[in-house]
Parts: sequence; structure tokens; C-alpha cells
Amino acid sequence: MASLRYSKSAFFAAALLLASCQREKHDIQPAPTRLAIYGDAARQSALRPGGSVKPQPVVTNPYNASGYDISEGQRLYDWYNCSGCHFAGGGGIGPPLIKKEWIYGGEPANLFDTIVKGRPNGMPSWGGRIPEYQIWQIVAYVRSMNGEQPTSATPTRPDTIETNPQNLVNRVPGATK
Amino acid sequence: MKRLWFALAALAYSAAAQQQSALNPAGPQSGRIAGLWWFFFYLLGAIFIIVMLIMLRTLMRGHRNAEENQPLENHERAQTRETRLRSIVTVSSVVTVVLLFILLVASISIGKANADLGASGKPMIIQVIGNQWWWQFSYLNDDPSQVLTTANEIHIPIGKTVLIQGQSNDVIHSFWVPNLHGKRDLIPSRVTTEYIRADRPGIYRGQCAEFCGLQHAHMAFYIVAEPEDKFKAWMQAQLQPAVAPATPALAQGQQNFLNYACVYCHQIRGTTASGTNGPDLTHFGSRRTIAAGTLPNTPGNLGGWIVNPQSIKPGNHMATIAVKPDDLQPMIQYLESLK
Repeated sequence: MASLRYSKSAFFAAALLLASCQREKHDIQPAPTRLAIYGDAARQSALRPGGSVKPQPVVTNPYNASGYDISEGQRLYDWYNCSGCHFAGGGGIGPPLIKKEWIYGGEPANLFDTIVKGRPNGMPSWGGRIPEYQIWQIVAYVRSMNGEQPTSATPTRPDTIETNPQNLVNRVPGATK
Repeated sequence: MKRLWFALAALAYSAAAQQQSALNPAGPQSGRIAGLWWFFFYLLGAIFIIVMLIMLRTLMRGHRNAEENQPLENHERAQTRETRLRSIVTVSSVVTVVLLFILLVASISIGKANADLGASGKPMIIQVIGNQWWWQFSYLNDDPSQVLTTANEIHIPIGKTVLIQGQSNDVIHSFWVPNLHGKRDLIPSRVTTEYIRADRPGIYRGQCAEFCGLQHAHMAFYIVAEPEDKFKAWMQAQLQPAVAPATPALAQGQQNFLNYACVYCHQIRGTTASGTNGPDLTHFGSRRTIAAGTLPNTPGNLGGWIVNPQSIKPGNHMATIAVKPDDLQPMIQYLESLK
């Protein structure tokens, strides 16, 4: 009986460890897939011309759950000069990226679409120019600017001085927000 | 046959070892460092042998000592033993301290002598910027048209003092060419300096000597030391913009390079490619290696590197882009033509 209890706690310990490992997960050889444009998934409204309402596919970010991808996104955000217009996220020449209301939607599929297609009045189209996995990494980084990264990718120790104890609790990997 | 292979392998190894070895000095500083090393080696080797001999002697007469050491020994004998022991301990402590002091003085004076090399005259300045995981070199000059920026391979004239100005773009790296000098750390937001001078012509391999991430082991560079006239010719050639493509195939290769994502990170002077995140490729074809000393610069290796850089240096910052097979060959030819 005792051994069963031990194995149970060992199982939970292992599960906890594995959950925290996801943060370190790292796609060592990302495939340079051809760009798929998530047109329907990125729609803001269910209304369509012609009347028929199609269910919208759900697109999740495949490069989202690890701290590595977010930090790569941060590096690429500078390398590809996103910071040239959006600055460090506060906006300048281009609109801010730290915000609640997004003109073209703030879900991963929307952000991906915005980067791939470009938007009027200045946002260039990056589709077919940089690999898809890098766009997803930038999406993950932009989401993390707003604190919307998955908890698995959140460091257990905050990088900043945290004044709100509530936020500290949320930083435990695997905890629900 | 087996023996022949072994001999060949040993020969190749020793040739490679000569290219990157502190015991094969090519400059005044590395000469002093090598001298210091041999001084340490012989002195400490002699001490090691002496200590081992004393220990052997002690082990052999250990039994007799145990018999002598009886509770019944008289007072006088005990006193002479004590005096003898005391003098032995005193002498050996004094000898140890003196030896350590000699080693200290030797290493400090060589460190000072090495730091003084560039004190006279105005040296040529090469700015070294460490990146994960490659080296950017800039020959600084008051005349901007004479500033040359290149990557992973530099040439220096022999007999001339060169000032290395080290910086880093990301994490701490360390500039180390064992045949020329010791290590110098490259620290973000700080400038570190080191003087080097090569007295013998040769190709010397350098290596990052401070752990800097996934591909730290594949962060090498080459210093080619050559006579001044050859160096000047090389410098003039490198200062030119890239050669224009001579054939339609090369022109196609250039177009392909400019159409793909290459241009976001790489620069080829004389074309519209002006990225600064990655190594400058203006005279790529003249370099000995690709990917910071990882592979010899051959068309086959270059093709493999472009198609899947992550299989050669996993984790490096070169993007994996989907280059169409038909576009790849002209691109390789074009890059290799950039002499």
C-alpha cells in the first residue's frame, strides 16, 4: 500500500516536472513550410458575402508554448525591424501592440494573418518572405507582450519586480489563469 | 595498412593542432606565454618527481619508523626528533613559499610585458564583434571609405601591431587565437582591447573561449598572417563592392538571392542586399570556411547550409527557408563567385 502511495506521488512529481519542461521545449529543426494563409480563421465576423455562414476553423499557434519560441520571436521582432514602427510595443510610427482592442483581431490567427498579408497604411506583407515558423514565433512574442502567453511558457520567477501578489500566483507553470 | 592510416591521422591531427596551439607561438606575446608554460612545466614537473621520490622513500621505511615510535622512548631522543621535524617543516614551507613567489612574479611580469606591446606608434585597429555564433570584423579607419567589414576571417600583415577592439552583440564571448595571444572577453555594452602581432606568416585558427550558448563549439575564425604587400592587395580587393555577375546564370543567382529572405540579414555591397543581422557576404567566395569555421567553403557544403542550416548548427540564427531546387544552384554559383 505504501509503495502504491509512493509511486502515486512519484507520478505526480514527474507530471509536474514534465509540465514545466514544456517551457524549455525547442523545435530544433523547424520545417520551412509553405505559407498557409488562415483567411477564414482570421475573420472578425461570422457574416459573409452571399449569406452562407461557415463555421470558422480554429487555428492555434504551433510555436507558442515554450519560452524559447517567445525569446526567438523577440529577437526576430528586432531583426525584421518590427521595432522600427511599433517600437518596443508601445507604438510610434505604427500602432501599439500592447492593447486590448485590435483593429484586425488579437487572436494568434489574426496576428499571423496581419503579418502575412500586411494591412493598409503602412504594414508591409511578409507572406512568402520569411519562414512560417518565424512568423508564429513573432506572434507568440506579440501575444506575450500582452501577458497572453500560455502559462507553460511563463517563467516561475518574474523578470520584473512584481507588486501584485496575484500575478505571482499566476506564474506557476500549469496554473490556470 | 592500419598503421599507415593511423600515421596519416596523427599527421593531420598534429597539422591541425599546430594551427591552433599555444605551444606553437607565432607572435611575441604567445612566445612569452609559451615560455611561461614550459617554465611552469619543467619546474613543477621537477617538484612532482621530487615529491614522488620522497613519498616512495617514506613508504619503504614506514615499518622501521613504527617500531621506533614506542611509548618507552626516552626524553632526549624525543627532543632531537622534534627538532629535526621542526626544521624539516620550516625548510619545506620556506621553499614552497619561495617557489610560489617565483611563479607569481614570472606570470605577472609576462602579463605586464604582453600588455605593453602596443605602446608605441598608431596600430591598425580591428573591431571584433561577437555574435551568436559568428564573428564580425571591421578594420577601422578615419577615412570611412577604407573601413572594411567582413566576417569569420581576417588577414593581418606580419610584424605589425594590431589593436583588437572587442565588443559583443548579445552575450559574453571570448576572442582567443592561441598562436598569437591569450584570451580576451567580449562583453556586451563594453569595449575590451588586446594587442596582437604575428611575426611568422601562417593561418591561425581562433575560437570562442567563453561558453555562449548552443553553438559555442562552432564559433571559430581564421587569422591569415601574410607579408605586408600581400595584405595590402587583399585589403584593396576586399574594399571593392561585389563583382557584378558575369554570366546569365550568375545574374539569375543574384536575383534569387535578392528575392529570398537572405537580404533581411545579409549584406552584399554593390547590390540592394543590406541586412546587418548576419555576416557580410560581399566577398564570400574568398573565405576558407562557412558558418564560422564549421565547414570548408565548397559549393556542396554551401548548398547544405542554405537548405537546412539547423542540421549543421542546430539552434543557430539562420532561418530555414524553402528555397526551390531550381533556384538553389544559381544562388550557390553566384555566392561562390564573389571572390
